[in-house]
Amino acid sequence: MLRTDKPHLTRDHLLWLLRQMVRIRRFEDKCAELYTQEKIRGFLHLYDGEEAIAVGVIPVLEERDRVVATYREHGHALVRGVPMNAVMAEMYGKVEGCSRGRGGSMHLFDRTTNFYGGNAIVGGGLPLSVGLALADHMRGEPHVTACFFGEGAVAEGEFHESLNLAALWRLPVLFVCENNLYAMGTALALSESETDIQRKAACYRISSEAVDGMDVVAVEAAARRAVAAIRGGGGPRFLECRTYRLRAHSMFDAQLYRERKEVEEWRSREPIVRFQGWLKENDIVHEADLASIEAEVAAEIAEAVAFAEAGAWERVEELTRFTYAEKPGEGAAHHAA
Amino acid sequence: MPPEPIPQTLETTYREAVREAIRDAMRRDPSVFLMGEDVGRYGGCYAVSKGLIAEFGPERIRDAPLSESGFTGAGIGAAMAGMRPIVELMTVNFSLLALDQILNTAATVRHMSGNQFGAPLVIRMATGAGRQLAAQHSHSLEGWYAHIPGIRVLAPATLEDARGMLWTALQEPDPVLIFENVMLYNMAGQLAAGAGAVDIERAAVRRQGRDLTLITYGGSLWKALDAAQALAADGIEADVIDLRTLRPLDDATIMASVRRTRRAVIVDEGWRSGSISAEIGMRIVEQAFWELDAPVGRVCSAEAPIPYARHLEMAALPQVPAIVRAAKATLGPT
Repeated sequence: MLRTDKPHLTRDHLLWLLRQMVRIRRFEDKCAELYTQEKIRGFLHLYDGEEAIAVGVIPVLEERDRVVATYREHGHALVRGVPMNAVMAEMYGKVEGCSRGRGGSMHLFDRTTNFYGGNAIVGGGLPLSVGLALADHMRGEPHVTACFFGEGAVAEGEFHESLNLAALWRLPVLFVCENNLYAMGTALALSESETDIQRKAACYRISSEAVDGMDVVAVEAAARRAVAAIRGGGGPRFLECRTYRLRAHSMFDAQLYRERKEVEEWRSREPIVRFQGWLKENDIVHEADLASIEAEVAAEIAEAVAFAEAGAWERVEELTRFTYAEKPGEGAAHHAA
Repeated sequence: MPPEPIPQTLETTYREAVREAIRDAMRRDPSVFLMGEDVGRYGGCYAVSKGLIAEFGPERIRDAPLSESGFTGAGIGAAMAGMRPIVELMTVNFSLLALDQILNTAATVRHMSGNQFGAPLVIRMATGAGRQLAAQHSHSLEGWYAHIPGIRVLAPATLEDARGMLWTALQEPDPVLIFENVMLYNMAGQLAAGAGAVDIERAAVRRQGRDLTLITYGGSLWKALDAAQALAADGIEADVIDLRTLRPLDDATIMASVRRTRRAVIVDEGWRSGSISAEIGMRIVEQAFWELDAPVGRVCSAEAPIPYARHLEMAALPQVPAIVRAAKATLGPT
């Protein structure tokens, strides 16, 4: 029998994990470049340094499980399987984007992969995840809802309300706290009386675990344990992934609140270089593998940029379309100019 | 022996009509459930859901902790995953604790996701003053909610609508908010034995008249009808429009009446400034200005928090004499 609660440390799987992290990193490097060219506008929150969390957790989920993410969710969308073309087109605001260009960077949605957004209200996704899980629970369906949020959300009332509800009703939610130590520019110690975040779950009788969020294998192992427990009917689980945001909060952040030295220290622990080094030391990957991953990813990104560039702007006549569901007989024709 | 004749109407109350609507929806659709504070074992803070937990059990008549944002958001999430929740919030004042979820998620998700997700839930809550519950339980904020694109806002004023709007609302693919005025729960009357779903698109003309149009909704409907009766004694005949739905507004019914009577007074238990009455007045000016014979009048709540003392609370609310005065003012000096 296949044990689902242990990572499969096959070469293929390890290479896959590496490829996903590289994919996210290079995609976002490209986004930052496109931002300076004003191809991408609005807020742009990069996941640089935190990739091991989405890559460690999301592949543990099944196809019909559900994902709720934050405004720093490009990586989650990509690893969940939202096509890079559709994500990049969304960044451009094109109608081919995964949210028709209405959401942008912060509001990636994808029904096909049960990706429930891109929520830009800190803490706002937690009640939603409780409800998604409540629906599955009431129908006796075996799905798990994974809810990602930063440690900043822990100060919100919705965090506490949601943990209580999920535990009270024994709902299948995996709460994943991406603790990157700063809520925008406010350090954890300046926003929380208890900085050991995972201990908060205990108040709600939720089993929790803290893990090195820059170690993709450790994250995956913890996620497998948690998801197996949830699917076994044990109610919610809480996973704190300790990580660091290596770039600014958004493109408008001068980073006055932290020392450059601190960032450099964390950079030396960053998940991709570290994982690559470990794979090489153990003779699992070779330079040729890394080169081929980089080449594949570069090709995928080039195609995504071309797709987004070639995309169309949604017609202004459709501005109010889908504010409400269309009734039969309404539709694009109704809105045609 | 011939079978006993089936009664044509039943004596009921607004509260019982809402309860029957919930019971009917729960029986017809297994994805419908009721969730809120004290809806189960306590029977609902206004006793609307009394007895339902015995019939449907605690999973479907789900008592929630005092976590308005949490359980409203949970209702939204459950709706996005295919359930049909009825979320009960004790009062509109408490709904402000859930406003983030209502506005930032429920109202936006369809548009923001490019029509991939919708939140087909119903959120019911009590609104309005008159029970001396003071400034944190008595406000009428349905007009605020009617400001928000992406949701529908209903205000049943009659037994038929209390009984019939819920099922129609549950068929909507988008979030629907239903505001039940607290002064109506005890209202008794006759309801057709076969009463069921009603439309939620159209305003209703509850009284026909030729001289002016009184436009109102919810608890103020009955005050407007009393005012119309008082006006009739003076030979003034008023059309009384029950809006029923505050978003989207039924402009056609409003304008058809105003174009005929050429005078309008809006009665709204919300505060005057920035109210639904202001919106309706402006629409009349935009669409029927040249047909008006008098400035549009308004009777609203005083611009103060609703106080506890009975005489002050009554003075804060639209009352029949003020409606009569406003109506007569549109007819000019006599």
